[in-house]
Amino acid sequence: MKEIVVISGKGGTGKTSITGCFAALAENAILADCDVDAADLHMLLTPEIINRTDFISGHEAVIREDDCTGCGICRTNCKFDAIDITSEGKCRVNPFSCEGCMVCVEVCPEKAIDFPPNLCGEWYFSHTRFGPMVHARLGIAQENSGKLVSTVRREAAAKAEELKKDLLIVDGPPGIGCPVIASITGASLLVLVTEPTISGKHDMKRVLQLAKHFSVPALVIVNKWDINPEMTVEIEKESLLDGAHPIGRIPYDRAFTVAQINGRTLVEETTGEVVENIITIWEKVCRKLK
Amino acid sequence: MRIAVASGKGGTGKTTVAVAIAMAATEPVMYADCDVEEPNGSIFLKPEVYEIEKVLVDVPVIDEEKCTSCGECARFCQFNALVSMGMPPLVFPELCHSCGGCAIVCPADAISWKGNPIGEISLGKADGGRISVVQGKLDVGGVLAPPVIRQVKSHVPDDGLSVIDCPPGTSCPVIESIEGSDYVLLVTEPTPFGLHDLKLAVETVRELAMPFSVIINRFDEGDLGVEDYCGEENIHIMVKIPHRRAMAETYSRGGTLLEGIPEMREIFKDIPRIIERGIEEK
Repeated sequence: MKEIVVISGKGGTGKTSITGCFAALAENAILADCDVDAADLHMLLTPEIINRTDFISGHEAVIREDDCTGCGICRTNCKFDAIDITSEGKCRVNPFSCEGCMVCVEVCPEKAIDFPPNLCGEWYFSHTRFGPMVHARLGIAQENSGKLVSTVRREAAAKAEELKKDLLIVDGPPGIGCPVIASITGASLLVLVTEPTISGKHDMKRVLQLAKHFSVPALVIVNKWDINPEMTVEIEKESLLDGAHPIGRIPYDRAFTVAQINGRTLVEETTGEVVENIITIWEKVCRKLK
Repeated sequence: MRIAVASGKGGTGKTTVAVAIAMAATEPVMYADCDVEEPNGSIFLKPEVYEIEKVLVDVPVIDEEKCTSCGECARFCQFNALVSMGMPPLVFPELCHSCGGCAIVCPADAISWKGNPIGEISLGKADGGRISVVQGKLDVGGVLAPPVIRQVKSHVPDDGLSVIDCPPGTSCPVIESIEGSDYVLLVTEPTPFGLHDLKLAVETVRELAMPFSVIINRFDEGDLGVEDYCGEENIHIMVKIPHRRAMAETYSRGGTLLEGIPEMREIFKDIPRIIERGIEEK
């Protein structure tokens, strides 16, 4: 099985809209949404959820107030400033700051701190009109998004095997940090969607360095290229220098927004130049995979 | 007063808004770029950088003379940053959260610490010195954004006006960036994706019990879903920024909102005062 991951560095360049088009154009593919923080692909593909699974990862410290003497040893040892003192002089863990390291549990002289597993979100296996899909939702203000991304990719790969799918198309997260690294390691090919702005160029360069670091080949698409044609040319040149291949341009087109409002992919919404560009790009992606 | 500019969805205009508030203000202001994976504020503010500091996080160093290979440290570590197989443990610094736990449990006192670089902070001045700019940048290949964000925030003064440019999403780096602010501005766009991710961002700031309002960017380009939602949820819409192709072109060259749509200047100048009044009333 081959795996394509669509990423961008900068947010809002059109990753999900383009992933949706790829999903519509692909034959015999399985789909995955690894932007678990702010997943949007389901809004174009309207998956019907077949089953849901809790995502449990790491632990969370919880102080039993009745057993706490308020000595503050946990607070002194916590490197994340995650322990507050209540008005009754007891210690309390702030779950937003707690990283689940277990140091407080270890140092508490009263053994007054529990350490239950943390339910951080859930993941889904679904059917869409373009094939099966694995997606997830990270709980609000949760950690471990990288681990949830790994879970989504692992489960999607297992389903691909089971259903004899030969291609996995992944909608990736923005940025270059832990969820992105979890999305791209070991993938067959990255498709980087950028825009012709200084920010787009800056962010693309950082993602391409990351791709090089993990030895994953990368293709570059400039979306909304006609906003700044000179910058488009510059980005394409830069991407070559960074070891990637520019494979196409997509013009600014409000049809992307209209398609999104209608809950459809662009290739279902309209025809014409922009769709033809996307089909050509998809054919190039497929050739690269062979 | 410390204002955090955040959004669920990326690319909605967080940096555009944060930079516009800093530029439109007439008093001294601090702009802090906490989007350390992809910091872009400096592209627009063009600060003169006068200092760069490394972000170092403590990672364990094993004294192999003292180590008895008991494996306690590796068993304790919640992040799999230490692996022990009957020998002194191997350390994986990129996984270490610097919690200190391994040294606490080590019975042989064989663990000390060294600083491992994961990013850098740059300090600069823009707009003739009126705007102080602090930017954090995570090294490429680095996993842990929160320590870089914490170090950016250590430069933000308690008093005076400061604007925190947050990363997208709703997970740990966003929470780390927002915490300690007096107010959150959530920037969104009037599309189904924008609305969906705005709802997640609203849930997040409500969970943190922080006052907030919404800014709709390119408000005339999509549908009315975001405005209807804000109406139903009684969420104040602070500003609606129009869509102009000229703005998109200005932005692409590193120009700011105040250059692309000059009539926005007065509105953005007033935002800190409007927020302050709102907080006082409550």
